[in-house]
Amino acid sequence: MTTTTPTLATGTQATDQPKTRVARVRKRLNSRTATLVSIVIALVWTIPTFGLFISSFRPEDQIKTTGWWTFFTNPQFTLENYQEVLFGRSSSSGQLASYFINSLAITIPSVLFPLAFAALAAYALAWINFRGRDWVYIAIFAMQIVPLQMALVPLLSFFSNGVTLAGVTLLPAWDLDGAQKFAQVWFAHTCFALPFAVFLLHNFISQLPRDLMEAARVDGATHPKIFRTIVLPLITPALAAFGIFQFLWVWNDLLVALIFAGGGDETAPLTVRLAELAGTRGNEWQRLTAGAFVSIVVPLLVFLSLQRYFVRGLLAGSVKG
Amino acid sequence: MNFDFADESPKLMMLLWGLVAFVAVVGGLLLLLDVVPSWFARRREAQLIAASASGAPLPRRTKPREGLFALFFLLPTVLLLIVGLVVPAIRTTLLSFMDGNSQNWVGLDNYVWMFTENSIVRVLLNTLVWVLLVPLVATAIGLLYAVMVDRARFEALAKSLIFMPMAISFVGASIIWKFVYAYRGDEQEQIGLLNQIVVSLGGEPKQWLLDSPLNTLLLIVIMVWIQAGFAMVVLSAAIKAIPADIVEAARLDGVSPWQMFWQITLPSIRPALIVVVVTLSIATLKVFDIVRTSTNGNYDTSVIANEMYNQAFRYGQNGQGSALAVFLFVLVIPIVIYQIRNLRQQREG
Repeated sequence: MTTTTPTLATGTQATDQPKTRVARVRKRLNSRTATLVSIVIALVWTIPTFGLFISSFRPEDQIKTTGWWTFFTNPQFTLENYQEVLFGRSSSSGQLASYFINSLAITIPSVLFPLAFAALAAYALAWINFRGRDWVYIAIFAMQIVPLQMALVPLLSFFSNGVTLAGVTLLPAWDLDGAQKFAQVWFAHTCFALPFAVFLLHNFISQLPRDLMEAARVDGATHPKIFRTIVLPLITPALAAFGIFQFLWVWNDLLVALIFAGGGDETAPLTVRLAELAGTRGNEWQRLTAGAFVSIVVPLLVFLSLQRYFVRGLLAGSVKG
Repeated sequence: MNFDFADESPKLMMLLWGLVAFVAVVGGLLLLLDVVPSWFARRREAQLIAASASGAPLPRRTKPREGLFALFFLLPTVLLLIVGLVVPAIRTTLLSFMDGNSQNWVGLDNYVWMFTENSIVRVLLNTLVWVLLVPLVATAIGLLYAVMVDRARFEALAKSLIFMPMAISFVGASIIWKFVYAYRGDEQEQIGLLNQIVVSLGGEPKQWLLDSPLNTLLLIVIMVWIQAGFAMVVLSAAIKAIPADIVEAARLDGVSPWQMFWQITLPSIRPALIVVVVTLSIATLKVFDIVRTSTNGNYDTSVIANEMYNQAFRYGQNGQGSALAVFLFVLVIPIVIYQIRNLRQQREG
């Protein structure tokens, strides 16, 4: 990949005034080189995924003995890998159907909670006048830089031991087991998402026209009413942008789930199971390939269908600063 | 083949509870904010009517309670941030000065350990390599690609291809690339693409992920593969935002594409470039999933976030784990300060 850079350099460097015939030929060559280089990059970026995808449909003995590219000369197709990895019940198979449901159960509330809380907070920070508003905003904004690693150990002990200060129990332990542990994961994801969510939504909400807000105030609308009837409909694109962000982040997360969801098929999401399979059964490629695709397909669909919002959110979140 | 749906029902119940809680909390809050003020308004109305009927002096008009509204709008966010982020971060900082069980104060021991223990020094060096390479290479490739596909015929499709890995989890991406790096003995047919290429060029197949320091570079490839799309999208938007008349004027002056790139494009997108590099640096500092899935930190590939997880959650060394987390935080700070300074200059300039 890095070797593509010199190709471009030699290609474009040679350009002079495009007035002579030679120069014109050179210019065309340049655009050829550029096209070629971009095609090479595009290939490097797609072939690995493509290879995995093809492999996931090949019979086990084929995957393990021949390269996936031989599929084109000797095509053999099976759905058994998916069947096995999703619904197989032996401990060595994936049982991914279970984990798939876990992923859903973890992700949906972990998107909704920060979305709602951050929208409320962002509205207050943008349109309600109160003392210390700027300081609250700066504090929340600054929390974006705290790595979530800083919170993991104490948060886990908070869930399992509660909070005691000088012998007085301030908050009891959560004492969750089984599917209830989802609540821990929701809580953790919500907390970690809030600073960025408030920042992103504040960017949008604060740019709504002031006249609109003032007109509504003059008409006697209260803040909750303005929030519900004016602001929410107008910031739907921003909500979608953050929703997709958070969805991809939570669905693809490994660290938070590993710590707060535990490892079993009762609560752990797909990523945890896949990482485990990759570690303990690194050569069972028939399971890994199919399993990887099971985990990829949902975010990929969300991403491709809502790419527009995602890109908009990305730009608003990163460039406007 | 006996996937039992009954086993899944507690999870779905829990999900339902979560959704009910969501509706109750958010709806309840909005309802509260709606009902209470209008109750006050009605009471005041009644007071006014009573006052005017009895001829008593009108009660003074109270100022609308803006602050109270703000408090309730902000309450969930602020509470969660304090409980879930601020207090834990402070506690982590304290724990980093305590021993593994968080019982006794040990001063700076954990930090001394971090910089003297050979395996941890190795971890820090690896992280340094990651942070130097990933932002640089990913940004370079993203920029190169953004410039080249700009206004090309299949621009949207071409961009989607590079961008797609952003939707794939780090775990999924690691499996994809592990498959590329897969190894089969000399006498067997290769199943990994990389070894196949090496073999067909007449080389010997290698166990890529076992071989330090090459393995760290190969893991870095995975991160670059995921993040180049992000760089490309942001930079592409910046390139499109360059005023058309500047580009046109340069073109009329007969500027070559090469000069155009260095003298027009690059200076114009500098702010976006900085944002991309900063964002990628921070993301790279925290990289965890790739290392854990690909090598589990073995063969000299571990990085800070992975080591932090191991110390705190596998070996039960809360102190050492916390010290690593704090160090990670300390590393992020100068990057952020640099960005804030840049933003301020931009606004003034």
